[in-house]
Formats: sequence, structure tokens, C-alpha cells
Amino acid sequence: MRSFQQKLSEFDARGIRVVGISVDSPEINRRQSQKLGYTFPLLSDPKAEVIRRYDVLHPGAGPKGADIARPAEFLIDSSRIVRWVNLTESIAVRARPEQVLSAFNQIEPAGQ
Amino acid sequence: MKRKWNWAIWVGFVVVVGGLFSYGFFAEYPITRDFPWANLSLFAIGGALLIFGLFRAFGRPQLYRGKIFGPILTAIALLLIAFFSYEIFYVLRQVPLSTHAPRIGERAPDFMLLDQNKQPVGLGDLLSGSRAVALIFYRGFW
Repeated sequence: MRSFQQKLSEFDARGIRVVGISVDSPEINRRQSQKLGYTFPLLSDPKAEVIRRYDVLHPGAGPKGADIARPAEFLIDSSRIVRWVNLTESIAVRARPEQVLSAFNQIEPAGQ
Repeated sequence: MKRKWNWAIWVGFVVVVGGLFSYGFFAEYPITRDFPWANLSLFAIGGALLIFGLFRAFGRPQLYRGKIFGPILTAIALLLIAFFSYEIFYVLRQVPLSTHAPRIGERAPDFMLLDQNKQPVGLGDLLSGSRAVALIFYRGFW
């Protein structure tokens, strides 16, 4: 997430909105955004409804066995079509912003 | 004659312990987090020193100390390396398969959620005026 914030200007330049989703409450998200200097939105899905809809639930992996999201990244185009997905095999390995940017560059060549 | 301090055993052990506890630091950077080669390198260096120290302790016991501490510290170091490997290569890989996650070419499910300012935000809002949305699901800070 921090790496996405560092590259946010490159996402802005291409017209890509970066957004995070987790089970955290808006209060926690607000605190984290301020603490870490995130300028993109963090959305709150406390009951993991959207997380379930995307089938990226990690049952029981949260505090006190709560259901949380597994790390996953999607690139969605303006017609709401998924153009790129990253479903990691390890919690420690997540998509790097460069991967998303290069996926976007491939589907939408510059100058369009 | 007083036997010499077998520094290799102690330094090797400290390097292995450092290899374990430096994970929090190296995990901050994708290049050392995606594959923990920095930690594994420290384990290798520490392990080599321990083996060197053990050879001295048992090969020339009249010259070097460490016949008692050498095996004890080596055993602890091996346990630490085993614990690290179990966590990194097994526990962290217990991720659900997500076989029904939207695939490339499929329509992304809609949503409406509160942002950090308690304002409702939907997929349509994010897509209006932009060319794409990078949706990042993360475990959370709790």
C-alpha cells in the first residue's frame, strides 16, 4: 500500500484511481491514512460483504478468528471489466505498483 | 594452557538470531519481502560460522573452547531457522484459492462502502472521470 502511495502520481497521470478495501472501520482507516500519509481512499467492509462478493475472503485469519480479506489486486476498466488480477500465493508477497502500471499500459497504450 | 575463546560459535549464533529478527525490517521492502533472501543469507553466514566453530571445538579441543556451548547454540540456531522457514514457506502460504474471484474479461461486482471520512463510495463513483480503478484488497490493520 505504501508503495502505491509512492507511485500515486503515475497512477494519477494515467487516470487510474487507487483504492484499498479491508474489514477495518472508517475510524481505523482514517487514522491509518493520516499516519501513513495515504491520499487514496480506504474503504471499509466490516462485514466482509464485498470481500465475499469478490471471493477474496480469508476465513478466520483476522484477530480472534475474524474473517478478513486475503491480499488481492484487481484492475478494472471504465466499462467495469476486470483487465488484470493478482491473487498472491503468499501473504508476504503482494502486487507491486509497477505490475499494475504495466498491465494498464498493455491494455491502454499511451496516447489513446 | 588456557584455551581460546571460540568466537565463530558466538558470532554465528548472533548472526542467525539477527537473521530471524531482521525479518520485520526486510519485510518493509518488496525486494527483500517477496523472497526473504536477505534473511536466508544471514542464516547461511551464521550457519557457516557455527560449523567452523564446531570444527575448531571438536577438532582441536586442546586449543579452542566450545564443546558444550557449540552444539547447544547450533541446535538453537537450527530450531530458529526451522521456525522461520515454516512460517515463511508454509504458514504465510495458507491463502484461500479464491477460485470464484472475478477473472480477466469478467464484470467486476459493484459495491458501495464507506471511506475513511464515512462518505459512501461506489465502483461507479470511482470510475467516473477515470480510466481505470486499481482495487486493492488488504488484510487490514485492525
